[in-house]
Amino acid sequence: MLNVALIYPELLGTYGDGGNALVLVERARRRGIDARVLNVGIADEMPDASLYLLGGGEDGPQRLSADLLRASTFASRVRDGSFVVAVCAGLQILGTTFAVEGNDEFEGLGLVDAVTRRGTTRSVGELVVRVGDRELVGFENHGGRTTLGAEMVPLGSVERGRGNDGRVDGYATSTIWASYAHGPVMALNPWFADEVLSRVLARELEPLATVADQLHEERRTTLKR
Amino acid sequence: MPPGFSWRDGVAKAAVRSVNILSRLSSRGSGTVIGGRVGLALSPHLLANLAQGRDVVLVSGTNGKTTTAAMIATGWGSSIATNDTGSNMRAGHVAALVASASPSAVLEVDESWLADVARATKPRVIVLLNLSRDQLDRANEVRQIAERWRDFLVDLKETTVVANANDPLVVFAAEFAANVAWCDVPTPWTSDAVSCPRCTKPLHFDDISWWSDCGFSKPQNVVTTLRDGLHVRGTALDLNLTLPGSFNEANAAMALTALSCLNVELVDALARINVVANVAGRFSVRRWQGHTVRLLLAKNPAGFSAMLATIPTDDVDVWVAINARVADGRDPSWLYDVPFELLRGHRVVCFGDRKLDLATRLDYGGVEYIVANEETPLASSKDPISVVANYTAFQEWRERSSEC
Repeated sequence: MLNVALIYPELLGTYGDGGNALVLVERARRRGIDARVLNVGIADEMPDASLYLLGGGEDGPQRLSADLLRASTFASRVRDGSFVVAVCAGLQILGTTFAVEGNDEFEGLGLVDAVTRRGTTRSVGELVVRVGDRELVGFENHGGRTTLGAEMVPLGSVERGRGNDGRVDGYATSTIWASYAHGPVMALNPWFADEVLSRVLARELEPLATVADQLHEERRTTLKR
Repeated sequence: MPPGFSWRDGVAKAAVRSVNILSRLSSRGSGTVIGGRVGLALSPHLLANLAQGRDVVLVSGTNGKTTTAAMIATGWGSSIATNDTGSNMRAGHVAALVASASPSAVLEVDESWLADVARATKPRVIVLLNLSRDQLDRANEVRQIAERWRDFLVDLKETTVVANANDPLVVFAAEFAANVAWCDVPTPWTSDAVSCPRCTKPLHFDDISWWSDCGFSKPQNVVTTLRDGLHVRGTALDLNLTLPGSFNEANAAMALTALSCLNVELVDALARINVVANVAGRFSVRRWQGHTVRLLLAKNPAGFSAMLATIPTDDVDVWVAINARVADGRDPSWLYDVPFELLRGHRVVCFGDRKLDLATRLDYGGVEYIVANEETPLASSKDPISVVANYTAFQEWRERSSEC
């Protein structure tokens, strides 16, 4: 059974982020793999899961989420090897510090070496990131500028939009993927959903053709025009 | 010339008229925004001066603005100045007030512009319907809007705020206003108010109320209730709307509450509101390529959620059209916040610039769909086919279809 835990959807779900859980579980099921979404509410214990998803949220909910996660078993589960996909606010929470409500420095979970400060302008628009020989397409809407530590590897290089700093977007470790492409990034990028699934399940996946392939191709060509 | 009205305003007002006439004659637009813009450029205080001496009602909120404003205008009974073309920023308000000299005005106002427009027009009544996520690429975040409303509403001592007591973000905005008429109307969408606007801790909801551990809670002194029928200030009213959906009953309840603040006879007003059959084309039945279609506008998760619930279960095909242009919000991520699973059992025909985003959403949601193109054969039906479209897609459907 593949358990995909959607963390605090009521706080970190501003931009349709729940869609990522739906897409991952559905793509696993269509290959005959038993999979389910576990919705983790703010009053719930952190459940056992192979993969945890953190979405985007407004300032207040982002701060509350960080506090709740700090008090939970989340960080120790991630250190023990559970996988994480984090977008937008989720990307910032996993780092050492982030800025909310003005320029306050707020303590993150410190799972990765990444610092987010408030940028001078908000980054709102289409985002295209080159990840190896693939392109990740999405939409970003955030006020942060994220600086990665020297040992950190970004998810990819920005071809359109801002991402962390105008050059690179997100970060990738052996168990964590993070991007500023918020909302249903897994829906727009079926190859990315399958890469995550394949790593979490530790096996090759047979190809799965869906209408999302056409969507990815359409967005990719539209945005590169 | 009213007091405070300068020669500059006179010139500006004439300019609004002539530019709008030119715009319409040259078929370049419906001619409201452009004239208003020219007028404001010539005289920045034009809106304040045009509003002076009139009874102004402002209507704002994420969903239901246009319909509620139309209900207030219709219920008021006489000729009313109103921006019924949907241009709901300052230029549209100027155009509406230039077009009609009526002493009564009803203006729907974009959420982000409400503070500015309220300061300029000094309204008798402001109606605050609801706040939920909508076009987040433009308006940033709904909580910020609630905070901005809260800041300016405390200063309006002469205004009555008609506010939805079941929407925690609206309550947060209106709780310190001088005069509030709280309305207890059904508000099923609370997904954007899960954490307390005051203390960020989780809010608790039950069937009739909501509260936070910090003490912030649903106001108890409501003047209007819509449970077991409609009661406005103690008067029982028989709602029998032509418009569909429980959300329109909530809109009507708030419209009648606004009219009660203006001493309008409510029974007569309701009789006029009950017969409203379409508002700016919304809910209208039209013809397109041999099909009879009912045009439904839904722009965001809360609106879609409410609209999908009105679709008859025995309809086979439902048509949905999605765009993501500037006026729609360029980010269609919200499709994943819409409970499209409600459409299982129907077949959805996907239209619009972003039909592939929609098709992908439906595919993962287990809803049968087809992506429409020029050659797609579409089943005809005896009853009107529901076409649910977001903002610019809705405008396209109004243009491409014709009257029955």
